[in-house]
Amino acid sequence: MRSAATRRHNDRVSQTIEAPVEVRLPEGDEDYDHDRPWVVIVWNDPINLMSYVTFVLRKLFGFSREEATRLMLQVHNEGKAVVSSGEKEKAEFDMARLHAHGLWATLRQD
Amino acid sequence: MPGRRIQRDRTGGYRLRLPAEERDLLRSLPAQLREVLGTDDPSLRRLFPSAYPDDREADDEYRRLMRAELLEGKLAALQVVEDTADAEHLTTEQLEGWLGALESLRLFLGTQLDVREEIYDAPLHPDDPDAPALALYGYLSWLQEQAVEALSSGLR
Repeated sequence: MRSAATRRHNDRVSQTIEAPVEVRLPEGDEDYDHDRPWVVIVWNDPINLMSYVTFVLRKLFGFSREEATRLMLQVHNEGKAVVSSGEKEKAEFDMARLHAHGLWATLRQD
Repeated sequence: MPGRRIQRDRTGGYRLRLPAEERDLLRSLPAQLREVLGTDDPSLRRLFPSAYPDDREADDEYRRLMRAELLEGKLAALQVVEDTADAEHLTTEQLEGWLGALESLRLFLGTQLDVREEIYDAPLHPDDPDAPALALYGYLSWLQEQAVEALSSGLR
């Protein structure tokens, strides 16, 4: 359940291919499924200050104060929020930056 | 504003107004955390979080690749606080170091104390053996809030 803010952000930064592409995939091998984006999830935790989470999202991803606040509140109220998505390498880089700032972030393929 | 410890000033840097006893405390904390960072203390888990909770293999690989870099960043931030504990003025980069060090200290202490979000709702009880550590945690939270506020005013 992504907010409009997240979708807008993803449109701006994701590198996914828009046109349908004919690819034969081995059954059950997710590593070859390039069409499904990787998503970075930030989880609620009792330690990080709400203002700090908002600040980190603004600083790392260039969100406006309003967008960052909305995502922070989604984390706070719903327990988690998708803050970034795209190709695996980019998503892993974003997650590592969140970890460097102490946020509890995980990665999975959508 | 009286009582305020960290404030953005007209030069684009930050004014640091801390009483001597707070400076002494803040100077002493980085060394204590640095000592723990070299161990496998379970209270460090929030400083080196799990990346792929459902995929043990991917998680181990991520940790193998990233742990040293994460550790390096945390040590550098602690060093900034030690080096500038007596400063009256901080650059943006230095205050970001303070912010990172306060974050690491709070993540460790908060995990060790198993804090909940309601921690601020009730006053500390004098008989609680955790009261001194909770008071320290509360102080660090208060100071971090000011660092966040000051740095946020510097963002576009």
